[in-house]
Amino acid sequence: MNQTGEPALDGVHWAHFPHQADMGVRGVGPTLAAAFEQAALAMTAVVTDPASVAPAMAVDIDCEAPDDELLLVDWLNALILEMAARNMLFSRFEVGLDGHHLHAIAWGESLDIEKHQPAVEIKGATYTELKVVRDESGQWHAQCVVDV
Amino acid sequence: MNLTQLKQVSDVEWRIAPFGKMRVPAMIYADQALISEMDDKVFEQITNVATLPGIVQAAYAMPDAHWGYGFPIGGVAAFDADAGGVVSAGGVGFDISCGVRTLHTGLKAADIAPLKQRLADRLFTHIPAGVGSTGLLRLDADEMDAMLRGGARWAVEHGYGSEADLDRIEEHGCMAGAEPNRVSEHAKRRQRDEIGTLGSGNHYLELQEIVEIYDTKAADRFRLRQDEVVVSIHCGSRGLGHQIGTEFLKEMVIAAPGYGIELPDRELACAPIHSPVGQAYLGAMRAAVNCALANRQVITHLARKVFADIVPGTHLSLIYDVSHNTCKEEWHTVDGQTRRLYVHRKGATRAFGPGHPSLPGELRDIGQPVLIGGSMGTASYILVGTEEGTSRAFSSACHGAGRSMSRHQATRQWHGRALVDELASQGILIRSPSLRGVAEEAPGAYKDVSAVVEAADRAGLARKVAKLKPLVCIKG
Repeated sequence: MNQTGEPALDGVHWAHFPHQADMGVRGVGPTLAAAFEQAALAMTAVVTDPASVAPAMAVDIDCEAPDDELLLVDWLNALILEMAARNMLFSRFEVGLDGHHLHAIAWGESLDIEKHQPAVEIKGATYTELKVVRDESGQWHAQCVVDV
Repeated sequence: MNLTQLKQVSDVEWRIAPFGKMRVPAMIYADQALISEMDDKVFEQITNVATLPGIVQAAYAMPDAHWGYGFPIGGVAAFDADAGGVVSAGGVGFDISCGVRTLHTGLKAADIAPLKQRLADRLFTHIPAGVGSTGLLRLDADEMDAMLRGGARWAVEHGYGSEADLDRIEEHGCMAGAEPNRVSEHAKRRQRDEIGTLGSGNHYLELQEIVEIYDTKAADRFRLRQDEVVVSIHCGSRGLGHQIGTEFLKEMVIAAPGYGIELPDRELACAPIHSPVGQAYLGAMRAAVNCALANRQVITHLARKVFADIVPGTHLSLIYDVSHNTCKEEWHTVDGQTRRLYVHRKGATRAFGPGHPSLPGELRDIGQPVLIGGSMGTASYILVGTEEGTSRAFSSACHGAGRSMSRHQATRQWHGRALVDELASQGILIRSPSLRGVAEEAPGAYKDVSAVVEAADRAGLARKVAKLKPLVCIKG
């Protein structure tokens, strides 16, 4: 299992970072929306190899929060809800941001135990190690720990 | 943990005097080795808990304490509603009412040795475990609400187990004050077909052999006999509890400033017990407790069916069922005064001593069974609540080993298949839908549960009664 997505030319990538009992997910990209998309990919990678998930079906997601950090947690939690309630995994994301309102489309497919070999179920995204920041080079970093 | 800020009270008790905004001291129960290995985050988190409004006596950390969300896992704190006390969604955690129940089989380990493979395979086939598994029940809106109000009692009324089971469950199997209308449609949607499923992560169903008895009187009363086999189930309130935790954490973070609460850490999100948000959370959280109790009751029914098929005539009777992620209203004596408190136990087990009125008649004079889950391949323990525990940490004890290593580290160190083979060579059969999940849950990634239990025993939180060794583990 990859623990980081290969950085693309524009620096877009995701990563996991360790937490004693759970797992940290981080997305990096040139825009806040791109960082949110990558963080979502990192979350899928906690469960399975994102490359094994076909982007066959689209699901709309909307959420809103008072600031960028709470919005990241809300976004990941909205995905966790869709994963659990629809029994799906997602591998492609398109995030649109309008202030602190997020509209996104997530593409994925139904969970297939044989194909996806899911390691663990995610209970929720948390405020632990929660950071949404822009670094000196202009890249956005969006991260938090997910409870598994 | 840096020990310089701690005052050692005894070989298993450490005190942190109030500093900064702490309203009460913090106490950590652990021996020198356990506390030295404890993450500094436990210090930070338990002292943060001590700053919350209305906290009574002290903030406590159990011997298995480790870095959690807001509260350390293994944290205990009690609040007085009339003194501005709060209820904290982070102080209960995402897996509301996660807990352990243990059942007698009445069978000797030697009796089931030839049947072990079959039992393992059948339990694995019949008990839904792992990501995306669904139960046999699909609840419509009315049944969902009935389940959230009724808990294990609802399950028994639907033919899953008997009235006798309810006597051996905290709150008699049904948490009062549950308000299904406080549970969001999202949470209910997540739960529709999850009743009777183990979940994943560190959740399991195990067959365990009683390998050592420490306290013959309590063991007799719990009917624990050397070499006999018990069934233990560790799981919680599934998606419903997770969703309630998620939603109220956010609601409390946003509401806290309006209540004049300054949060040292957003995960400590809380609201006054006497507030609309606090009351809504309590109603929803209690519904989630019932969900967990119903869930363990339905899984028990499935395990009983498997045993009845393979070893006809076996009856799996319940020893006890404990929840270790809760906030419960209890009466405790503080400085000679009996007060009604809201006791948060995050990764801590209630451990009522002898004479407690909530214990069933046949256990009342001996104390409550305290069930401590191990990790796959390591021992589990049964303890008993003590008289002195009432003055320790509001009658609370540890809940398990606690991780010592992250999931990443574990997957780098172990491979699922090799681990399954190695445990099989030790006579422990593992069945799991995910080999990566098995590697992440490697026994070596956890602290030494025996050391944790020893410290809890020496600190008087609860007394050791019996040690259990796993024979079969169905891993979520």
